Amino acid sequence: MGYFILRRTSGFILTLLAVSVVVFGVMNVLPGDPALTILGIDATEDALDALRRDLGLNEPLLNRYGSWVWNALQGDFGTSHSFRVPVADLISERLPMTLSLAVAGMVLTVIIALSLGISAAARHRKFGDWGVMFLSQLGIAIPAFWLSILLVMLFAVKLRWLPPGGFPGWDEPVAAMRALILPTVALALVQSAVLARVTRSSALEVMRQDFVRTARASGLSQRRVLWRHVLPNALVPIVTIVGMQFAALVTGTIVIENVFYLPGLGRLIFQSISNRDLPTVQALVMLFAAIVVTANFIVDLLYVVIDPRLKART
Amino acid sequence: MTYMHRSLASTALALALGLGAAAGHAATLSIGMQQEPTSLDPTADATASIDAMLTQNVYESLTIIAENGEVQPNLATAWEVSEDGLTYTFTLASGVLFHDGTGFDAEDVVFSFNRAMAEDSVNPTKGIFTPVESVTAVDASTVEIKLSAPDAFFLFNLGQGDTSMVAAESADGNTATPVGTGPFMFDSWTRGDRLTLVKNPDYRDAASVALEKVEFRFISDPAAATAAMMAEELDAFPGFPAPELLPQFEADPRFRVNIGSTEGEVILAMNNSKPPFDNIEVRRAIATAIDRDEIIDGAMYGQAVPIGSFYPPHGTAYVDLTGAYPHDTEAASAAFEAAGIAGSTMTLRVPPFPYATRSAEIIQQQLSEAGIDAKVENVEWGFWLEEVFKNKNYDMTIIAHTGTNDMGNFARGPDYFYGYDDATFNDLWERIRTETDPAARDALLKEGQQYLSDQSVHGFLFQMPLLGVFRTNVEGYWASAPVLYMPLRGVSVN
Repeated sequence: MGYFILRRTSGFILTLLAVSVVVFGVMNVLPGDPALTILGIDATEDALDALRRDLGLNEPLLNRYGSWVWNALQGDFGTSHSFRVPVADLISERLPMTLSLAVAGMVLTVIIALSLGISAAARHRKFGDWGVMFLSQLGIAIPAFWLSILLVMLFAVKLRWLPPGGFPGWDEPVAAMRALILPTVALALVQSAVLARVTRSSALEVMRQDFVRTARASGLSQRRVLWRHVLPNALVPIVTIVGMQFAALVTGTIVIENVFYLPGLGRLIFQSISNRDLPTVQALVMLFAAIVVTANFIVDLLYVVIDPRLKART
Repeated sequence: MTYMHRSLASTALALALGLGAAAGHAATLSIGMQQEPTSLDPTADATASIDAMLTQNVYESLTIIAENGEVQPNLATAWEVSEDGLTYTFTLASGVLFHDGTGFDAEDVVFSFNRAMAEDSVNPTKGIFTPVESVTAVDASTVEIKLSAPDAFFLFNLGQGDTSMVAAESADGNTATPVGTGPFMFDSWTRGDRLTLVKNPDYRDAASVALEKVEFRFISDPAAATAAMMAEELDAFPGFPAPELLPQFEADPRFRVNIGSTEGEVILAMNNSKPPFDNIEVRRAIATAIDRDEIIDGAMYGQAVPIGSFYPPHGTAYVDLTGAYPHDTEAASAAFEAAGIAGSTMTLRVPPFPYATRSAEIIQQQLSEAGIDAKVENVEWGFWLEEVFKNKNYDMTIIAHTGTNDMGNFARGPDYFYGYDDATFNDLWERIRTETDPAARDALLKEGQQYLSDQSVHGFLFQMPLLGVFRTNVEGYWASAPVLYMPLRGVSVN
């Protein structure tokens, strides 16, 4: 186990280092001058120069990368070129919003997917099964932004039950929760479509096994068999997909945040790339990479918890 | 539930709760903004939404531009211009306070100018200050500005966000906490979400300010903007992003749709320094090949006024030159043939704005009918700025020039992205720029429009409209905008 953690930690660090090199390289190869984006097309050459000096853009590339790494190691991710505030502040302002959305989306995804997937498996080749399969096919086919617009049209514009977008912040918990309902649903419906299918097929596989028949034969109720015996044994593929989906959810918030005009990290990274705001993009991509790697790591740990037989392989 | 029922229900609810909500709500205005700012200092960042929210609301300038484009007194209550047009003496309003309580006087004017003109200045329109030789505080309420050459647009430029008056005590913090002298004070900013202003009780003409609180909400997606208006989260969307979505507001009695004008000339820019666009006959043939009405119908859903040169139709010197190159596919095709470029390929690199990408598709079609294969390349804004604007690495592009009095773009020489260098026009622009008599200047501006149309420097497409959606109880908004800002002083909610 100690070796396992060591290996994963060094993998984590190497991944982040590789990501930082790629982002730095890509952002510098990409045509676009941060000074010009900030000062616009009427800027004079000397004003642009002054701003480039201010932002430290006149330094050689390697020096800039070196000092970025050095500062980042000390926890200083630099100052945003366009917002002119520390990147750490920008991220900490917006992280709660995006994380709340991603976690709520994940929880709802799992709830919907497990209930639908298991109940479809229980009604294999019956009407309920076809219904779930049809819905999940629909869920996979519908783009998240389109679904979001439909939800807004119905629940915000027509029925006025929920706000059409915006996020008041966690200082107003009730309003904040209301604001997150539609985005969470939009995010979860699409994701749960995939997961429901995986749950269903994985559960079907387990249900064909002998121990399930034994459990049934011993007189356990259908529900108890499904939730206590089938589900735990069907979990490995489900957890794998959940781990992958969590990464997709965090990035999926980019679209959702735009449609619901939520002040989260997704919109920030979109805006920062347009503005060629290298320090912000760099820190955000690193953060997303760290989240993905961590999610995979947790999935690996969960495997061992779910199925102790896998321990030998790690 | 119908609208009637809903309002009855909410009235009943308000009565039941004993709320006098109407009076409190009436003085608050929620405004939708498409573009989100990254900083709040108009003297250090060209982002248009900074001006749209803050200029002349939080920050003030010496002069202010009225809706009709006229220069009016503001922080400077009066001014005198010397015979030779080189010395301006401004009398400043008295008793003006910055929002942090410090006084505004001639020293602040000197500071603001010196800051913008300094070597390390990052003012986005530093060119405004090029003719300024010196700025001196004669006494606390008098400032004298000396120019090195007459500048016809000087007083106008003093009414822009770039020339906002700031204080030495607070200027550095303006990127996040703006301090000005205007009718509204900065209250809060949640980046990415909203920015709030409150009425300045110490404003010198506080009685003229109807709104107690103004909230700007940042909504970039047009569908989301529509939903937010429809759900009555917003009272106004003065720069509505999507002309195709306006009919549903026009059909709804809760809203009023306004279609005004801006200073934005939308052009099909051609790289005049590059063959075949260095050939005037080719440029004229392109102008003949395009059909403005079709472009306006397709790209702007009919909501724009065509232009035949580079000057806004609402301006005092406007000449209608839209008939100069009547749409004629066959004539264009013959001209391309004569120039030896029939069947050739050109690129049309367009920035990511709907007006540009939609126009590009239609122009591509029109050029192909005339025998030219235009390849449309949709590029991102940063890429456009670098490759098209800075490196002139393009054949044709589509862009709106939103500046006021910007015909001088054509006199910016061969390095400007037009690649247009014409001694006759340079000379003409020099005369326009230094002509201080309005009537004589208008005559020259007419000549300029004629000349640019005759040279067919670019394809002149249409004037960018100002599309606004308002709840019917919102009044006093500008219908057209000659500058990037829209003063909220005269706006009220009834």
